[in-house]
Amino acid sequence: MNDLKGRRDFIKLLGFGGVVFASGLPGCANVLRKSGRQEDDFFFVQLSDTHWGFKGPPNPEAANTLRQAVQAVNALPRQPDFIVFTGDLTHTTDDEAERNKRMREFKAIVADLKTPVRRYMPGEHDASLDQGKAFQEHFGATHYSFDHRGIHFAVIDNVSDPQAAIGDAQIDWLLSDLKPLPPDAPIVVFTHRPLFDLAPQWDWATKDGSKAIDLLQHWKNVTVFYGHIHQEHHFRTGAIAHHAAQSLIFPLPAPLSQPKRAPVPWDPAHPRRGLGYREISVGESRLVLTLKEDSLEGTGAVKPAAASGTY
Amino acid sequence: MRRLYWILAGSFAAVLAAASSDVAAQEKIIQVTAEKFKFTPAVIELKLGEPVVLELTTLDRKHGFQVSDLNIDESIEPGKVTRVRISPAKAGTFLFHCDVFCGSGHEEMAGEIVVKP
Repeated sequence: MNDLKGRRDFIKLLGFGGVVFASGLPGCANVLRKSGRQEDDFFFVQLSDTHWGFKGPPNPEAANTLRQAVQAVNALPRQPDFIVFTGDLTHTTDDEAERNKRMREFKAIVADLKTPVRRYMPGEHDASLDQGKAFQEHFGATHYSFDHRGIHFAVIDNVSDPQAAIGDAQIDWLLSDLKPLPPDAPIVVFTHRPLFDLAPQWDWATKDGSKAIDLLQHWKNVTVFYGHIHQEHHFRTGAIAHHAAQSLIFPLPAPLSQPKRAPVPWDPAHPRRGLGYREISVGESRLVLTLKEDSLEGTGAVKPAAASGTY
Repeated sequence: MRRLYWILAGSFAAVLAAASSDVAAQEKIIQVTAEKFKFTPAVIELKLGEPVVLELTTLDRKHGFQVSDLNIDESIEPGKVTRVRISPAKAGTFLFHCDVFCGSGHEEMAGEIVVKP
């Protein structure tokens, strides 16, 4: 049962607030969509921490993992409206030429995604050594916003500053971006690091994240999706829900569960355990989000995990 | 102008502020070097109630020295000495790490302050 847990876990957020656990399978957000009697719901997919270019014992199959994720998403019964990558697209390197090469290779691989709309943001591995220069050349702005079918999405960059700060200029931009929105507007924030102090001892925080949280608390329906910690995690600060995604390179241990934040050792019997992506379904009211955690474990070379179980 | 910084953190009466010369004579100084991707020493042993001054230097590039449990968050700049005074008032182990992203291996650049009774 434990093997299946990752791909069955499923969270429903009511009014961006209450959390209800259910279970599901890859693509079940699509099934719900087809059978859910709601004509105007939609879903998007979050991929995070792909670390393209990483080599090492925590994932001896690293050269294949990103492609497996692309194939898994492409195999969903219906395709998402868009796919968001919440940072650390590439693994860091001091070599500028190699950094650009990894970004080009990453783009070439994700170009195989069926979904044409893809949103990117940097992680510290992409941007902290050159303050986002290469990232911007390959992927565009590191912070921005967009609207999609009644939801306002804001992307916050908390990595281009190597000391993990958002900076006052970006906070001012965020304020000006959100200011026109009514207090009950549904807002989704994407960022790489946690905005709250999840585990500062492990560098799992944003130096001035409290400024962003203080600002966001002026709106009632805010949900933050982030990466960085390589595991599913759910937390609330006031009315704001924060959800970390699994990585697509190697899992990290639970916050402060051991002395060092070393990767969970690779298990050849379960080579993709702890790796996965997230489907987020948005209900017709725009105030109900359903989170579905999909695991790469059990995926073959092409297809996602075989469907079994109930939801 | 040499500076000291006084930090108050929980039951730690740790202090950083100005003018180190008057305290340097009576306080133990511990040299800590930073380089990609390690601190030397990685384990800093202190005795409860005995103040020390950490003298932080870097051998290559800018690094950070953050001990969040003690409210210490300092930068270590090339060519400079960063002094951090700690008066340990509580026994235990306190994790520190580099909080200036410095490359592949940055996540491993960490250590601990062990305060013994």
